[in-house]
Amino acid sequence: MKSLAELQAIRERAKAELNLRKENPNSARVLVGMATCGIAAGARPVLNAFTEEIAKRGLQEDITVTQTGCIGICQFEPVVEVEIPGEEKVTYVKMTPEKVARVVNDHLVNKNVVTEYTIGANT
Amino acid sequence: MRELSLNVMDVAQNSVRANAQLVTIKVEESEKNHSLSISIQDDGCGMTEEQLQQVIDPFFTTRTTRKVGLGVPLFKMSAEQTGGDFEIKSEVGKGTLTKASYVTDHMDMTPLGDINSTMSILIRCNPDIDFVFIHSTDNGSFTLDTRELREVLQGVSLDTPDVVEWINEFLEEQTRLIYGGANN
Repeated sequence: MKSLAELQAIRERAKAELNLRKENPNSARVLVGMATCGIAAGARPVLNAFTEEIAKRGLQEDITVTQTGCIGICQFEPVVEVEIPGEEKVTYVKMTPEKVARVVNDHLVNKNVVTEYTIGANT
Repeated sequence: MRELSLNVMDVAQNSVRANAQLVTIKVEESEKNHSLSISIQDDGCGMTEEQLQQVIDPFFTTRTTRKVGLGVPLFKMSAEQTGGDFEIKSEVGKGTLTKASYVTDHMDMTPLGDINSTMSILIRCNPDIDFVFIHSTDNGSFTLDTRELREVLQGVSLDTPDVVEWINEFLEEQTRLIYGGANN
């Protein structure tokens, strides 16, 4: 059973690690559209896939995954925006959990935009 | 929406946008009574009587008015199409309560779906807001209260990966218990 004592241990570990890393100014951001349109189109499994893939690669400190509202292109949901400091924002459309691994690997890790998934290639 | 848990995620966003500090989400299931009720209560900015009328009318909305849209109407529809009830109460400065009740053996019942995933995302993406999640069935109930976790964590954020994992496993374990499944 999960206990609060276990949580205490996590706290101690997290506090020790916090001193080492602090805020990462170069962290990339993955924004998943999670308004009514995004949710209905399947944004939740996409967000979960990003979180899992990033955790699997141990990149939690370099990439934050967060939700955002409707950006007005509901017909292209699930929409995901990738922001890497110093680079132009990239908008991926009609995302699926299957496409996530490639975006993480090619774009977030190796800095090559997955052009075929972007809004430019789908309009 | 394919799952009611998605409606919950959607409607809970309204609480987030209303600057709520505490959002209480209650899911009460009873197989015996063929009933399910879902309530979302927040202490956010609330709405006026006039705004309240607008949220339940999908066609009154304009694209620029962020407070209104399809979220609440879809949630309302999901309940009413099963012969259930829907209510939304709000007071400016006090908060909003949204409650949907379902007749679960109705043909048009939408499955609850992965409510734990909804809670996990809500907590992870809004680490500064407190959530209380209460889930009950005929077999029992459990509560996840982020205020209690916060007390233990002493400043360590709720979106720390290890904490998120703890929350996920806690939800999974407790859910298995109240659904009467074998304990591992």
